[in-house]
Amino acid sequence: MIAANPTTGQKRPPPPPRAWTHGRILGHVLMALWIISGISLVYFLASNIASPFVERYWGKYVDGFLVTLQIVGVSLLIGALLSLPIALARNSSWKIFAWPAYGYVYFFRGTPLLAQTFLIYYGAGTFRPELEAVGLWGFFREAWYCVIFAFSLNTAAYQAEILRGAILNVPKGQWEGAAALGLSRPVTFFKVILPQALMVALRPYGNEIILMIKGSAIASIVTIYDLMGETRRAYSRSYDFQAYIWAAVLYLIIVETLRRVWDKIEQRLTRHLKR
Amino acid sequence: MEDALTLLSFGDQGWGDTIAFGVMITVSLAIATLPFGLLLGFLIALAKNSNEPSLRLAANVYTTIFRGLPELLTLFLVYFGVQIGIQQGLKLIGFDAYFEVNSFVAGMVALSLVFSSYASEAFLSAFKGIPQGQYEGGYALGLSRYQTMALVILPQLIRLALPALGNLWLILLKETSLVSVIGLPDLVREAGIAARVTKEPFLFFGIACLIYLLLAMISSAGLSRVERWTKKGDVAR
Repeated sequence: MIAANPTTGQKRPPPPPRAWTHGRILGHVLMALWIISGISLVYFLASNIASPFVERYWGKYVDGFLVTLQIVGVSLLIGALLSLPIALARNSSWKIFAWPAYGYVYFFRGTPLLAQTFLIYYGAGTFRPELEAVGLWGFFREAWYCVIFAFSLNTAAYQAEILRGAILNVPKGQWEGAAALGLSRPVTFFKVILPQALMVALRPYGNEIILMIKGSAIASIVTIYDLMGETRRAYSRSYDFQAYIWAAVLYLIIVETLRRVWDKIEQRLTRHLKR
Repeated sequence: MEDALTLLSFGDQGWGDTIAFGVMITVSLAIATLPFGLLLGFLIALAKNSNEPSLRLAANVYTTIFRGLPELLTLFLVYFGVQIGIQQGLKLIGFDAYFEVNSFVAGMVALSLVFSSYASEAFLSAFKGIPQGQYEGGYALGLSRYQTMALVILPQLIRLALPALGNLWLILLKETSLVSVIGLPDLVREAGIAARVTKEPFLFFGIACLIYLLLAMISSAGLSRVERWTKKGDVAR
């Protein structure tokens, strides 16, 4: 608070009221619309919480949710394992390594995940005799394995690019410093470079996880009953549109929770870098 | 090999014309979505960049929703939601008609919603890259707020946002494949039909993937030309 003017004894005038500009009116109208739709959504869901639809399909949704988590978790893990050699090959100065890695990454990032999934799931049928001969037909016959296979290859390409960028982002002095200390190149890479690179890569990794969760809905098209698959099944049996609304709410909760948790993790892990 | 070429040829024997038709649908869907997505994204970025808190919040709610939902789910929400909404509306005024939403339009709407929420982020970070002095210079010359935005800020904004928007265009091109699920005869769907009839799934889905790659390459080449064009002014410095 500013004291009264000593000579005149006048107090400072209060700040003028904020004008109702066009922007302010528009903002309030839009917010009112969001709040009304939010309240009606909550009301709609609350009034349906004891409906036969929820009673009948809730267990299915939970199963689907778990399947989605499994697909995403397994694919991300396999992708992470594959991405390291791909990123290294991509950074290599040997063209026999760098070019195939570049081609791999370009293919999987340049084509839709849906087309990749179809290519593997339906395309494997073309090579049935060959696959049977090597005993892999049982693997490619199952939609589940095909989806995991396709998603892993896809996310490996994206993760390799994240990792490559992060590794290139580590200053050259780190390599030189480690070399000056007499560390071998593998030790330098795993103990000096990779930890710093992963730190930089945290945010893009978080985005990749979210993209994977969203992308995993595609599995429902090749007969996998993940969250999206169960939703489509529930809708096709009941013709009740709330099937999709519940799915939307669930996906939003998953993605938002993950985003916030990941932000916290990132803040925690990079707290030594904050100045 | 010769069989494959026959299958891919144009005319009675091959599926070339079917696939070409699918490519046309895919490309036209992406091109039709782009202007709506860009415009909506720009408006949302304006809202996010304003100093009015309620407007910023409203815009952030929008992006949170459409960046959090899987694209496939957004598509179904639009496709079935609009259909049911219109049927309910018709029932209210006494018509009991079956109404089906055109899958092209549904795809356009859903993809525009998703594209605009990502594009708004691209525009917003471009807004952050424009110094305050540009606005002040515009006002000092006597330009109105609208003129300053259109003549001074927007040309610089496009240059700054172009790399991110280029990426979003490539993503959009890939996301159009999802519309095949609601029955639009796009590249993936036509390839699927050809694969089922000829029993050559690997060939046709492989071709579909390669065509997507080709489209991405053409787009990248085009985008880098546009980028060079926007940077023409930089050379003089």
